[in-house]
Amino acid sequence: MAKKELDILLKATKICKSFGNFIANQNIDISIAKGQIHALLGENGAGKSTLVKIFYGVLQQDSGSIEINNQKVSITSPNVARKNGIGMVFQHFSLFPALTVAENILIALDNKMKFNKVVDAISKLSKEWELFVDPLKLVSELSVGEKQRVEIIRCLMQNPSLLIMDEPTSVLTPQEIKNLFKILKRLASSGCSILYISHKLEEIIELADEVTVLKSGKSIASIDAKKTTTNFLAETMVGKKITQLKKNIKTSKKNIAFEVKNLNKQKDHEFGISLTNINLQVNYGEILGIAGIAGNGQVELMEILSGEINCEDNNQILLDKLPIGKANINERRELGIETIPEERTFHATVPNLTLSENTFLTYFFKYSNAKSWITNILNNPQNSLDESKKIVKNNDVRCPEINPLASQLSGGNLQKFILGRSLANNPKVAIFSQPTWGVDIGAATAIRQKLLDLSQSGKAVVLISQDLEEIFELSDKICVINEGVLSEIFDVRKITATDVGLLMGGKNKENQQMDSIK
Amino acid sequence: MITFIPRDKVSKNWIIIAPILSIVFTIFFGLLIFTFLGYNPLETLYQIFVSPFSRIDRISDILVKACPLIIIGTGLMLCFKSNVWNIGAEGQFIMGALLAGFIALSFPNIETKFFLLITILAGFVGGALWAFIPAILKTKLNVNEILVSLMLVYVAMLFIDFIVRGPLRDPMSFGFPLSKPYPDGALINKIPFPGIGFLGQLHYGILFVLLLIPVSWIFVNKTLGGFKINVLGSAPQAAKFAGFKQNSITITVLLLSGGLAGVAGVIEVSANIGQLQPEVSFGYGFTAIIVAFLGRLTPVGILFAGIIIATVKLGADNAQMTMGIPKVVTGLFEGILLFFLLTGETLQKYKIKWSEGKK
Repeated sequence: MAKKELDILLKATKICKSFGNFIANQNIDISIAKGQIHALLGENGAGKSTLVKIFYGVLQQDSGSIEINNQKVSITSPNVARKNGIGMVFQHFSLFPALTVAENILIALDNKMKFNKVVDAISKLSKEWELFVDPLKLVSELSVGEKQRVEIIRCLMQNPSLLIMDEPTSVLTPQEIKNLFKILKRLASSGCSILYISHKLEEIIELADEVTVLKSGKSIASIDAKKTTTNFLAETMVGKKITQLKKNIKTSKKNIAFEVKNLNKQKDHEFGISLTNINLQVNYGEILGIAGIAGNGQVELMEILSGEINCEDNNQILLDKLPIGKANINERRELGIETIPEERTFHATVPNLTLSENTFLTYFFKYSNAKSWITNILNNPQNSLDESKKIVKNNDVRCPEINPLASQLSGGNLQKFILGRSLANNPKVAIFSQPTWGVDIGAATAIRQKLLDLSQSGKAVVLISQDLEEIFELSDKICVINEGVLSEIFDVRKITATDVGLLMGGKNKENQQMDSIK
Repeated sequence: MITFIPRDKVSKNWIIIAPILSIVFTIFFGLLIFTFLGYNPLETLYQIFVSPFSRIDRISDILVKACPLIIIGTGLMLCFKSNVWNIGAEGQFIMGALLAGFIALSFPNIETKFFLLITILAGFVGGALWAFIPAILKTKLNVNEILVSLMLVYVAMLFIDFIVRGPLRDPMSFGFPLSKPYPDGALINKIPFPGIGFLGQLHYGILFVLLLIPVSWIFVNKTLGGFKINVLGSAPQAAKFAGFKQNSITITVLLLSGGLAGVAGVIEVSANIGQLQPEVSFGYGFTAIIVAFLGRLTPVGILFAGIIIATVKLGADNAQMTMGIPKVVTGLFEGILLFFLLTGETLQKYKIKWSEGKK
């Protein structure tokens, strides 16, 4: 891409950064023009975050140089970055919930200002850029989208010439995303460059002017975003052809497998979510997708569905019409309900234990049954070594050695192992939370195919996911969880992504007229 | 800012070199401090490190001293591995000794050594009951077990003091706060070695340690119970996912560690003292915390750690007696030793990185 030297705002040459033996960035070249929306695309672990942290001064490169406006700079801290006109909005917001918007912005300012002036400046900026927030509102009362706007305003207060956004849409509803894109495009046309990090291809095509693709720490391509397709980007990012999912036509005969009735659960800690009047049912041979933005009660719902926490009333959960609300997690496993929590390490597995020990974790009760007390006491992880080897083999889990520690596996392989461990129990009902979250595309495709196969073999599947594309791709029926309330269940053919987006944003009441399949 | 970065691989050589270097550094700084304070440095080092091994009866004294440390340390290992912070073993030790003492003194004429089985069991129950208080408060009311177990130490100390001054005081003790001597059946004898006789104070209580180490090794490594403790300690959420009951594990490890501390109390009193007195422990319950961690929370490690700590304690006593070196100075030396041992172990696993301080 030929750009005139003058137009280049930031130019990085041969950036290298390693952590121990792990090379995060290797000879990365990137140049961002003034007023350009430049997307940084790559799978998880491709080195995107490391690179922008170097630009923002959070990390320092081992070698390579950065030029801003043709001046060589060394960005030793975020302070220096801000002085050079670089602002960044992190994926996880750094706001104090107990302070107001204005107070939060005030403490982050490098040049101290009077409180009233800050309030005025915020009001002015928010009008000018349609970033509507009330400067005197407490941050804890804001929605996720509003918090993000606060972060953007905080950057704009410094008059940045480059705004870095790290995966900004992962927590937003489709409507909020639309708004954000409008703002970003206006910012760019006013001359502020934007470095936009994402692994969502459609967003990039819609928003960006140019895409730099990272793969395993290297910059492998620089592509004109206006002249490319999602498929081409995906193949560049993954480096191979992506296999399409095989979805067969379903049989029409369906029996109710799993039901939840009038379930309520008070939150048990301050930052928890109370579940209110949850009702759901899933049939054999079906996938029920539960969409929703993270932190709207998915974790709490999962604890109850899995049996980690029991229901107050045995009739609140039914399996094949039989009440099991008071059955504990292992009793439910024996009845054929398998669950996978969203947290992969420390919840679904123990990182410092081997795979056979981690298999034992959800299998030990099988060895305990109908044996004498002494074999029960001496029941130990060696018993599940063969089982774990089978899981590894059948699910294409790539291990660095035979029976490694769970922490030695990559996220995708660990998730394949966890899924395989559940499937090895031959469940009737599978309830999986965020099964492809943070997993590379190859593993994600394999996992999604397994879920489809499972439903096609007549099992009932509940899929809790933040990924709307995934929900629509896999589910037969869809519902949405928002602030601990579950929406009605819709047939996938009778609801659009926009409707689901509205429900995710809490527009449940106004949409009663939507035709339901219940 | 200092950050610790895990090493990719722990070098085999360093596993041997690190402890040796730790000892060398300890000796060097010890020499420095003793010289600076005006004591003959070589003589002091001799007293601390060599004199405990200089005679066979002194070696046996090391074992006697290490015995309660290892027993308590093994119990604490179970707690610490499951992230339960029982630091009140001292109190459980005392209450175990006290309950066993009460039983022993209730049968003043008993001679059969089978009676020891009953007193040891009583000691286990006494210690376990004392640990049951923090256990039940933690699981039912979510009260921090660190505070409760620690504060109960002082309750136990004052309680035994009251008992030996009041209800259980020997009327023939001329006003001293002592109970009557235990009956023969409640005493643990020294081990007679054919042709040599007794080796210092070495008593049959050591058999309990020889039994405890393999049993606890099997429990930790080869049983479902040990696995549960391990999972709960490393990932409480995963323990829930496996369907392990956190509360019952917490209660079990507290009862076991309290019980073992109680047994240590019985053995100490029955073998070395022979009656109840206000002071029965000399801080074994606290020192055992160091032993448990120095032994890296493994049974075999705790065996060696117990012996090392006992050696240094005895050596320090020797230095005090023969050279008049104050306890604070030998205490300082113990601190240096621990510092270097733990540093050596940490640096085996981690690299240090110095980085610029951030704003």
